[in-house]
Order: sequence, then C-alpha cells, then structure tokens
Amino acid sequence: MYEKEVVVIGGGPSGLSAAVEAAKRGAKVLLVDENLRAGGQLFKQIHKFFGSSAHKAGVRGIDIAVDLLEQARVHGVEIWLNSVAVGLFKDKKVAIKRTFEDKLEKLEIIQAKKIVIATGASENAVRFRGWTLPGVMGAGAAQTMINVNRVLPGERILMIGSGNVGLIVSYQLLQAGAEVIAVIEAAPQIGGYGVHAAKIRRAGVPIYTSHTILEAKGEKYVEEAVICEVDNKWQPISGTEKVLKVDTITIAAGLKPLTELAMMHDCQCSFIPQLGGWVPLHDKNMESTSPGIYLVGDVAGVEEANTALEEGRLAGTSITETLNYISTEEAERLKKEIWQRLNELRMGPFGEGRMLAKSNILEECKASNC
Amino acid sequence: MALRKKGFLTKEELLASKCYPSEKRMSEGPVAVIECNEEIPCNPCEVACKFQAISIGNPITNAPILDENLCTGCGLCIARCPGLAIFVIDKTYSEKEGLISFPYEYLPLPLTGSIVESVNREGKVVSSGKVIKVLNSKSLDRTPVVTIAVPKDKLDEVRGIKRLERNDSK
Repeated sequence: MYEKEVVVIGGGPSGLSAAVEAAKRGAKVLLVDENLRAGGQLFKQIHKFFGSSAHKAGVRGIDIAVDLLEQARVHGVEIWLNSVAVGLFKDKKVAIKRTFEDKLEKLEIIQAKKIVIATGASENAVRFRGWTLPGVMGAGAAQTMINVNRVLPGERILMIGSGNVGLIVSYQLLQAGAEVIAVIEAAPQIGGYGVHAAKIRRAGVPIYTSHTILEAKGEKYVEEAVICEVDNKWQPISGTEKVLKVDTITIAAGLKPLTELAMMHDCQCSFIPQLGGWVPLHDKNMESTSPGIYLVGDVAGVEEANTALEEGRLAGTSITETLNYISTEEAERLKKEIWQRLNELRMGPFGEGRMLAKSNILEECKASNC
Repeated sequence: MALRKKGFLTKEELLASKCYPSEKRMSEGPVAVIECNEEIPCNPCEVACKFQAISIGNPITNAPILDENLCTGCGLCIARCPGLAIFVIDKTYSEKEGLISFPYEYLPLPLTGSIVESVNREGKVVSSGKVIKVLNSKSLDRTPVVTIAVPKDKLDEVRGIKRLERNDSK
C-alpha cells in the first residue's frame, strides 16, 4: 500500500486544475485518469469558450487542455494514465487498477491525506422504440468520435436536445462533414444560448421545438427516425408524425454526476434535478461531508468547463491551506477571488438555476455539519 | 422572442437590442453588427476592440453595446466572438452592392473571386455573392473571416454563405 499526500481522481479540467493548484504550492499530488491522455472533456471542446476574457474566454477548449497539462508537468504532478479508481474506502483509501506502459495491470491501494473526486458525469439516455439500433448514441460520444478520433459516426444526423451540448455538437458535426437533418427539442423553447442556435440555423439546420422522437427504424442500423409534435403535457400529438431519413441519432438530453466513489465513502448526497440528479454535498471549500474528500467539476453538479476549472482551483487552494502550505489569510484571499468568478459565471438567466441549486448545496451541507 | 423558439433573431428584435447601427452610420462606411442580446457571462468582444467601441462592463452578463461612432468597421472583433455573432457590413462598397464580413469555420474555404450563394439567418439562399476577401491568419485562431459582395438591399438579411461541397473520401 502506498501513501500519497493528495490523490486526484479524474484528469479533466476540474481535476487538473485542482492538481496544479495544490502542486504549485508544494503539495505532492498524484492524478489518476482512466484514459490514454488526461484532459477529460476539454480535448473534445474545439470551440472558443465564453466567460471572462481575463480568464481564458475566447480560447478553445483543446488549447486550455494543452496548457493545463503543461502546468501539471511543470509543477511535478505525478500522473497515472490508463488507470481506473475502482474503489474508495474509509478512511481515504483509494483502490486503483493501474496499467503500466507494458500493459501490465496491478491493483494498487493508496492511503491518501486528501482526495479530490473529479470524476465528471455521464450522458442520459432517452429510450424509444429502436433505440438499441447501431447509430443511436450520446451526443458526447459522437463528439469524441469526430473531434478526438476524427471519424464520422454517420452522414445524416438527427440531434435530440437543444441545450448547449446539442447545439454545439450539431455545429461540430457540420464542421466534420455530416449533414444535420434536424435538432428536436421536447420543450417549447430552445434550451441553449441563442448564439449557438443562430450558428446552426444559418447553416440551414431546422430546430423543431415541442417535438420528440417516437421510433428509430432500420434493419441492421438506423435508417429512419419518426418524430412528432408534443402537447403541453409532453404527450405525442397523433397525426403530426414526420419521417426523417437519418443514419445516426445523437442524444443530448443532459448528464448525471458519476457519484459512485463519493457514495462508497459515505459522502452525503442530495437529489437536485437542476444539477443532473444525485449530487454529493460540499461546503464552500468544495469539501464533502466526509472530511478530507473534496468534490469538483461535473460530479459536484453538472455545469460547464469554466466552473469546473474554478472549482478545481478552489479545492486545490483549500487543500494546501489545510496541509499548511499557505497561510489562512492567503487562502481566504485566493478563495474569495475564485468565488467571485464562480458567481459571475453563474449569473444571468442561463446560470441562475445553477446558482440557486449550488447555494442550496452549501446550505444543506452546513445543516448536516460539514 | 423568435430566438428562443426558432433560433434566430428577427430584424425587429435586433433593432430593439441597441446593437444595430443606424442607417446614417451604415451610409458612412463599414460598421460592426453584434447579434448577441442574451445575458451570458461573456466579454471577449469588449477586450477585442482597439477603439473601445464595444462595452459590456460589469457584470459580464450584460449584453454588448456598440458605439457606432467609435466603431471603424475594422473587423477585429469578428473572429474573437466565441458565439460567432459579430458581422461587419459596408453599405458604401458600390452603388448597387454592399459587403458583409462574417466568421466562417467550415472547410473548404471559399476562394477569393469565386461566386457563392449568400444565406440569411435561416440558412435560406438569398442571392449570389462574390467572395472579395478570405482572412485566415494565425491571430484569428482558426476562425477565418470571409467577405462577400451582395446586392445592397440584402445586407440586413445576409449572414453567411451556403457551405461548399467537400471532397472528402467517404
């Protein structure tokens, strides 16, 4: 069994920025990621980010990833790739299935002083007749295929869901050379930013609000999709069926936090639909109800890359404070700045639901004596 | 608002959003048109403008406001907007034609001098157009800016071109 000072589980934007923040102040950090390369969702985000220009707005996700990986290297973060955290036991013991360069696999148990869970979220399914046909996939999966693996999942796409993921991935599918036949949205209005919708409308992609999918048809793979209008009780309106000739159906119907490790360690969770489902509670330092376990990024509530980066910094800063690498005064100053930026990112009509949900988490956590 | 249901702003909504330049200003030379009127935390456009013609301020969810008199229509902001929502219109190009510059992140890029089909905010073809300029320098960070000449009376409608055929092997 190893002993490590700080173990970060998950090398996406939140995990990487937590690792960098802690390492640059002197902590010894081990970052574990199940993929062949760290960076999480960032390597799929080929578009320019929104947010504050003082903090990487206008920079493409892929470039932010490269920069973070470089910072991790410079500050001496130890990284185990192709390695999965398969268990989290009391008290702060992580079990990792580690794969070495020569493909040798070994189960390592690590006793950590502090743990950051940055495991992100997974895509929701939308079930309809024919949903198991090849060609039906998550929008995130399609995005990985086109932006990371440079492979088209299909040529004629139906996108289900008009939140930012649905709109952005539709745009990226067009860029990759696919035709997006339509975007459908069950709600009566488009979910994502107007500018994202405008981009794909300019490219001739129709967006059908108050529509759902009834069925995917095909012999061995998707050949057609049957969509229809829904009423104000979300029920299909008969007679409004339309058949679309598509070979791929991508589903962008939200994400849910990957909370298994947090739950294994008895971190208290709350069901918060606004943030994706079961969300582990955390305090303003991003510490869970289990002392020494921190939660950052989508696992702490599905939001976006910018908030993930900031939450990671917050946890990294809090950890170095409790490990006495920085003074309480310095930590308070840094944390205050980060909270200001987080609040800024959660402002406006698109963020206020998350802002409220996040402050409810802090309240609930306080009430359960975090 | 049409944006929430249909995914594009109508001219009336744009005029109401303080970002549409006046006809007077448009008759004086190129000027930016910012088609972004939602409260999103985002401000690269404010920082991009050398002439400080775009203001967002605090909080950064404020929609951008263009000072049409400070704006020279230089187009620096076009590639900097993450939402690809900024265009530059020049109604003084010639008697019958005007220019529109827009961000274009597709391949293949059109060739200067070629004839293309211009499209409106719904992607419907509005007119033919001639490609006057294609910028793709490193400073644009992979957001090429294309300028086309179209009939002047279509300038408030045209916001792009129909994407060109790709030669990928499938």
